[in-house]
Amino acid sequence: MSSMPVRPKHPEGTPGHFLSYRKFLLRSLALSTDGSLLFYTWMIMLTLVFLVGANAWANQVVHGMITTNMTDHVSWGLYISNFTFMVGVAAGGVMMVIPAYLYRDKAMHNVVILGEFLAIAAIVMCLMFVVADLGRPDRSWHLIPGLGRFNFPISMLTWDVIVLNGYLLLNLHICGYLLYMRFLGRTPNPKWYIPFVFISIAWAISIHTVTAFLYSGLGGRPLWNTALLAPRFLASAFVSGPAFIIISMFVLRRLQVPILDDPIHTLLKILRITVLISLFMVVSEIFTEFYTGGAHTSSARYLYLGLHGKNALVPWIWTAVGLNIIGAILLLHPAATKRAVPLIIACVFVFVGTWIEKGMGLIVPGFIPSTLHEMVEYLPSVTEWKVSAGIVAFGLMIYTIAIKIAVPILSGRVSPPGQPHPPRDC
Amino acid sequence: MTEQSKGKTISLPVLGSVSRRTAMKGVGATLGAGAFAAAISPLRHLADTLTVEELMQQHYQELSADGKKKVIERLEAETKEQYGADVTISDPRPIPGTKFVYAINLSVCNGNGKCVEACHNENNHDRDTNQSYIRVLEMQKGTMDMEQGNTTYDHEVPAADKFYMPVQCQQCDEPPCTDVCPVQATWKEDDGIVVVDYNWCIGCRYCEAACPYHARRFNWKTPNVPAAEVNPDQGYLSNRIRPQGVVEKCHYCLHRTRKGRLPACLEACPTGARVFGNILDPDSEIRWLLENKRVYVLKEEVGTKPSFFYFFDS
Ligand code: SF4
Repeated sequence: MSSMPVRPKHPEGTPGHFLSYRKFLLRSLALSTDGSLLFYTWMIMLTLVFLVGANAWANQVVHGMITTNMTDHVSWGLYISNFTFMVGVAAGGVMMVIPAYLYRDKAMHNVVILGEFLAIAAIVMCLMFVVADLGRPDRSWHLIPGLGRFNFPISMLTWDVIVLNGYLLLNLHICGYLLYMRFLGRTPNPKWYIPFVFISIAWAISIHTVTAFLYSGLGGRPLWNTALLAPRFLASAFVSGPAFIIISMFVLRRLQVPILDDPIHTLLKILRITVLISLFMVVSEIFTEFYTGGAHTSSARYLYLGLHGKNALVPWIWTAVGLNIIGAILLLHPAATKRAVPLIIACVFVFVGTWIEKGMGLIVPGFIPSTLHEMVEYLPSVTEWKVSAGIVAFGLMIYTIAIKIAVPILSGRVSPPGQPHPPRDC
Repeated sequence: MTEQSKGKTISLPVLGSVSRRTAMKGVGATLGAGAFAAAISPLRHLADTLTVEELMQQHYQELSADGKKKVIERLEAETKEQYGADVTISDPRPIPGTKFVYAINLSVCNGNGKCVEACHNENNHDRDTNQSYIRVLEMQKGTMDMEQGNTTYDHEVPAADKFYMPVQCQQCDEPPCTDVCPVQATWKEDDGIVVVDYNWCIGCRYCEAACPYHARRFNWKTPNVPAAEVNPDQGYLSNRIRPQGVVEKCHYCLHRTRKGRLPACLEACPTGARVFGNILDPDSEIRWLLENKRVYVLKEEVGTKPSFFYFFDS
């Protein structure tokens, strides 16, 4: 980036900005829709999955949530599970921001935008999962402060609405500003983004803390009603986020985007610690539940061992346990620093393991047995799988497009308006 | 990644060499938009049923007297249209100086389930799912452990060695369900009854997760009630037929009790196990009971302070 011409700063908000910002958006649109055959195939595939999801959701809205497998006993299922997990992924992106800005890690600085993009894509997915879970999405406007009746500060869900949207805006601003400045070929003015970066670090912690409080504040659900929930959520978020970024860095490398080893190693170092902290917390939780026993621990017993002959979640949780333990061993093994394959496998394992652990392994068993100790089990319906796949496809589209726009601009291949082309570097 | 790998700089969109590609993009975008419209086309069905008035309707507590009247007229007309039944929807308000409290004598209750059935009929519950606000737990004598209880018993009652414990909304004084609601669609009224504005609830089901007594029900689909079975005596905050996708719960039959009648479940109970009344009235039976019997509440440890009590005679 150092080779970029630095121009004197315009006063903000002049007609000049108005015009060049428009050009920036147009340029971004062009970049996001240009690409190789591989790119088109990938995007068309995602579009198809998204359409299947959109259709399933439309049917769910019309025919009612009877199309899901949720019941009055298990009243949250796959949607809220995925929501919880995605909040973690969004918060996990901060594990790139901290080294880049707090520790001034140069190599990380160059790729930190990947973490911010992931945050944006994941938050969009979170919001979509919440809407998918609403019985009356047509009344979503009741949630808008000022228009509806916002039960703030009593309801934790209103806190979540604020922190999630706030986090989305923060990251949109940071990414948008940096890209726009690069596009203009100007050095970003720290005043316009550094404070926001630091706010976003604290904010990332807050989104997952508030999401944990959503559950841990419910006295009637002993499985969730633990002070360890928020720390546990954060630890596992710092597993799933970095794991996903490492995977996407390897994919980008494959696509000839020059990604250095250093940021991957930094993320690996972080993962090695967070995966252990996360496992440690799970072990603490399991010990407390099983050593104590009694009615308050029936959800945990149902989850791990099955209860009263019901055991639908047992295979899920043991898969998660297996994936997380094997993933942790692979991460800690010296091979992870040298060879790509074991590292990628480890990342996939802990990513999937965390997804199960936070969703089917935490949200769902919180409802089983029910508060009157009835045993009603739950596995997602086809509609729920379709809608979830559609939302994930949409999130991946956002992530892909964002990277697509950023890579050429960041590597200086897109010219600012009225400027000679920057020097080519490959 | 084409321009990336070739390392060439391309100019602004719609220009020269990229025009064919741009045209293809246009086709792609059109196809995509068309496919999306087709995918969500089931939503068109909503446009037929959902009126602007309903969509824009204000919160119950913000409706003017006139606005409320219009809403009620609209709801009555809709019930006529969709269910073929002539109904009257009233909106009785709490009576000053009243706090309703319920108590059940577990020595007398024999688990016959008449209350469950009465609730089902009184409150226009969905016939297909056999919904009701009351569940009766068959409990093992000698323990209060609900884990050993059973709500799906299907045999002659009372069975030897068992006692029966009906559970419905406990109308808590510290209701976790109203705290968690993000849009204040549910609240506690002055006479102690926790109600839901069925036209304001967004159906997030957070309250259902928060309730320690499994008192809330969600409308997973539009309720089905045959015209002949519709109870025409309806309350806005109680037993009017609920829309799909919202939460509902026991409301102590406020369309009856606020007009001096007793809850349907009490009237239907053949054993006399149920006692209902105004705890602020010093001469009421319920007041005498609470003062003289050893009563208990469910899950006292979760701090919800129920207005619903249980006791044994002996
Ligand atoms: S389901 Fe309805 S009443 Fe319950 S918390 Fe959500 S909006 Fe409030």
